[in-house]
Amino acid sequence: MGNKTALYEAHVACGGKIVDFGGWDMPIHYGSQLEEHHVVRKASGMFDVSHMTIVDLEGDDAKAYLQYLLANDVNKLKEIGKALYSGMLNEKGGVIDDLIVYLMPVGYRLVVNCGTREKDLAWMQKQADGFNITLSERPELAMVAVQGPEAIEKAKAVLGGEKADIISGLNVFQGLESDGWMLCRTGYTGEDGLEIMVPEKEVADFWQQLKAAGVASCGLGARDTLRLEAGMNLYGSDMDESISPLQANMAWTVAWEPADRNFIGRVALEAEKADGVKTKLVGLVLEERGVLRGHQKVVVEGLGEGEITSGTFSPTLGYSIAVARVPAGTGDTCSVEMRKKLQTVQVVKPPFVRNGKRVYK
Amino acid sequence: MSNIPAELKYLSSHEWVRVEHDGTATVGITYNAQDLLGDVVFVELPEVGSELNAGEEAGVVESVKAASDIFSPVSGEVLEINENLEESPDFVNSDPYNEGWFYKVKLADESDLDDLLDAEAYAAACEAEDH
Repeated sequence: MGNKTALYEAHVACGGKIVDFGGWDMPIHYGSQLEEHHVVRKASGMFDVSHMTIVDLEGDDAKAYLQYLLANDVNKLKEIGKALYSGMLNEKGGVIDDLIVYLMPVGYRLVVNCGTREKDLAWMQKQADGFNITLSERPELAMVAVQGPEAIEKAKAVLGGEKADIISGLNVFQGLESDGWMLCRTGYTGEDGLEIMVPEKEVADFWQQLKAAGVASCGLGARDTLRLEAGMNLYGSDMDESISPLQANMAWTVAWEPADRNFIGRVALEAEKADGVKTKLVGLVLEERGVLRGHQKVVVEGLGEGEITSGTFSPTLGYSIAVARVPAGTGDTCSVEMRKKLQTVQVVKPPFVRNGKRVYK
Repeated sequence: MSNIPAELKYLSSHEWVRVEHDGTATVGITYNAQDLLGDVVFVELPEVGSELNAGEEAGVVESVKAASDIFSPVSGEVLEINENLEESPDFVNSDPYNEGWFYKVKLADESDLDDLLDAEAYAAACEAEDH
């Protein structure tokens, strides 16, 4: 038996198929993963993401601490509520976790992965030496992602009042508080939508109201196919502590300037860059029959081998897509070993799908 | 929950076979199989005219979650395949015992059927797999 979110009973009551996800009992789907995927691309769906870890950071040195802790630079955050995506690296430049950090009226709020919770918190505490900061986890906050072209309208209709007004004023990648809730225009699907932090005691009612408003319950299965179509990394599959952000399509999240900002992993990343980055994370497309899967071997003629880090059937496109780590010089095609045979696939730059449409070339 | 028709025969690897009045046999995968796989997105079927041996690989089912080999419960020549699965692989999920059938064979040896599980034995095999 794993940890249960405040919505566990609601999931079981509407037929959610429960699986273990990083120590949490979570719904993988409520009947059809494909239908749940499509409803998010075409209308609106909701996901229980309460298993994610929320950490508040306060103190005089909060900014300086994050400028040391993270590869991206929180100095870019000028407006209250604005969010930044960053890797948290070890000294070797490997990714301990990827996270979102919000500039709050007081201090910052970080959202990190559930599977890495313990090591993240330990690392963050360890690096706090010499900084005047406090870290407080917020386990009493549940989180619901409402995603899709109709998601924002539906959420506003359900919430009304001040919360609806706040949502109307949100910029992309911004989150603001109201009444102990936090309304964030973020997501992991490639669609517009919200991630809403809700006090645990209020979340079951909120979920039922969204459901009554026609927002479909969606499981973690659809969340994975949606994020992969959107070209978003999954920690533990597409990158981990042995992989630098430069090898994980995350070079854009490394803030090199100002040059005198010393962040953990900087020295290693600079050396890697000077030496030439050896591998890259690319998109693969197979328009024929068959499904690319994680851990399948990739063969690049003349350059060597690679590996699929995430692969799936793309419900939006109707064929298989994947991301793979391959030698840096890989061109427009490569081969994947599928069921003992080599299959030629197209190499593309993710994302594959944005706002319901194919976007790769 | 479970759906295991009494008139069919089964392999513990979740294929079913139905013997028709004309001596042919229809093969598919069970309700339990599709439930384990999740949404089916591709089905690779044997060629019409090919000869299958009981227990041999006859095709592949790919779902959003995994790829799974299909084993032929019986020997015989493939007479027909369910071409609708090309366009609508979801029949395997929505109606695994009827519209979701895979292929029909001309039974080479009726005694193959004696080696298969009946509904009760298959239910027990599924139960054992669950624990």
